[in-house]
Amino acid sequence: MIDPKTIAHIAKLARLEVGAEEAAKYSEELSKALQYFEQIAKVDTKGVEPLLTPSEIVPFWREDEARRDHSAEEMTANAPEKMGNLFKVPPVV
Amino acid sequence: MDLTTASMLEIADAVRQKKVSAKEVASHYMNRIKTLDPKLNSFITVNDKALDEATLIDQKIAKGEEVGIFAGVPFGIKDMFCTKGLKTTAASKILGNFVPPYDATVVARLKKAGIVVMGKLNLDEFAMGSSNETSAFGGVKNPWNLDHVPGGSSGGSAAAQAARLVAGTVGTDTGGSIRQPASFCGIVGVKPTYGRVSRYGIVSYASSLDQAGPMVSTVRDAAASLTVMSGRDERDATTSEKDVPDFNKNLNSNVKGMKIGILKEYMAGGLDPDVQKTVEKSIETLKQAGAEIVEVSVPLTEHAVPIYYLIATSEASSNLARYDGVKYGYRADYGAHGAEDLDAFYSKTRGEGFGKEVKRRIMLGTYCLSSGYYDAYYSKSCQVRGLLKNQFDDAFKKCDVILSPVSTHPAFKAGERISDPLAMYLNDIYTVSTNLAGLPGMSVPFGMSSSKLPIGVQITAGHFEEQKMLNVALALEEASSVKGEKPHVI
Repeated sequence: MIDPKTIAHIAKLARLEVGAEEAAKYSEELSKALQYFEQIAKVDTKGVEPLLTPSEIVPFWREDEARRDHSAEEMTANAPEKMGNLFKVPPVV
Repeated sequence: MDLTTASMLEIADAVRQKKVSAKEVASHYMNRIKTLDPKLNSFITVNDKALDEATLIDQKIAKGEEVGIFAGVPFGIKDMFCTKGLKTTAASKILGNFVPPYDATVVARLKKAGIVVMGKLNLDEFAMGSSNETSAFGGVKNPWNLDHVPGGSSGGSAAAQAARLVAGTVGTDTGGSIRQPASFCGIVGVKPTYGRVSRYGIVSYASSLDQAGPMVSTVRDAAASLTVMSGRDERDATTSEKDVPDFNKNLNSNVKGMKIGILKEYMAGGLDPDVQKTVEKSIETLKQAGAEIVEVSVPLTEHAVPIYYLIATSEASSNLARYDGVKYGYRADYGAHGAEDLDAFYSKTRGEGFGKEVKRRIMLGTYCLSSGYYDAYYSKSCQVRGLLKNQFDDAFKKCDVILSPVSTHPAFKAGERISDPLAMYLNDIYTVSTNLAGLPGMSVPFGMSSSKLPIGVQITAGHFEEQKMLNVALALEEASSVKGEKPHVI
């Protein structure tokens, strides 16, 4: 059971603002899902290597060279707020 | 040639031979979008430069310049792919009015082959959903019956393709998001082997599961599109160095002597009778054509839905950490005096910007990765994933492809399942294993339900064996009951 207190902790870790009503709903829904998911505990995985990615990855290398694919204007064009080519964030003091 | 029903390859041939101009084709489809999409809501953004882009292709042809195999083919892109200069939202408020400065590799390769981008297609928010009902831009309707969902997450792609508002589309598949909507809308949808197609420029959901693939009208178009999209990309280190065959050229519907595996666990019950009949008829069709039917078993598929959701949400919680309201996308109003602190600023932006299902998955994933639960949930799931992959590898020693249902039911009604997240997750029971094991899988339309909804059959193959899968799909396409049937809106 994931109680509302745990929900608040998780929401903090995830940087998500979650209201009280929402938290109660998540507590119920996530508990139900996890209760179902608990079944995996039955599978014997002693000594099994966790599989993190399904295909064999052959690393490849390139020269460590700067490439000028995009201008600073292009890369900051979507900023919610900016000053010149700098991202602007709210004052937090 | 009827432009509305012609295949991508037929349209491109006609354009290259100047039987029709790319501009005429684009305006034909633009008219269809304007007239029919208000009923379907399959587009998030229509490309208002599409006709100009088509004209450029005509000019190239007039000058005798090289144009690609999809010259002048009107194409829709799931709004999960970055498109240079064209708004990309992932159907989320948090991406807001994001206009990418670059094309995803898949989009760049398709453009090089000559497609004309007609616009960006609706989906479940961040591809998280199985019914297209979680989109911040509203749900999409199934063109075969407007009361039903088109499936998800690539619901806009499937609906637009089935209603022929475009001649081809591309989707992404993390746990069935190409195959399930393809089945629900009666089109061909291919999820390639993990590593076959570059993920560069695709909005990340779960990086070890995501793959892009074609959602089109014919197996031939699928094969040709896959050839264009596939191959090593220096911008995605997980792409494979394996040679990309010409899937279309090698296409062959002769299945004589092929071994078709039937997965015992997937036929165990709980299937809608029309779905059951469709799969049985497809088995019979291949048997008649000389294929050998063998039973195979992958017992761990029983746990596939739990391990899929535990892994996918864990990866998602990490991938979606980037949406913080600083460099692009939505930013919450923090008032005239600044934010209380930086965390409060992030939390408010993210709390307001993400929709319900996305938040639910971020919460679940964060929980799985949090201290004290990591081993029991995330790590354990990855271990079971390893065992599941081994069981599939063993199954493919006994057969060439596995034939199965895509989904337990044909397209369900809108609103029917959205209120119960777990019930919605269980929709994905036959599709998620393919992603967990990194295998290629596809849906090919084969049967019709008693209420006139199309039903697809799923074909899964071993790693990098897409050709076998496409060949079997071609054999089934020739005998499909969906041929000759038309969606309600056409």
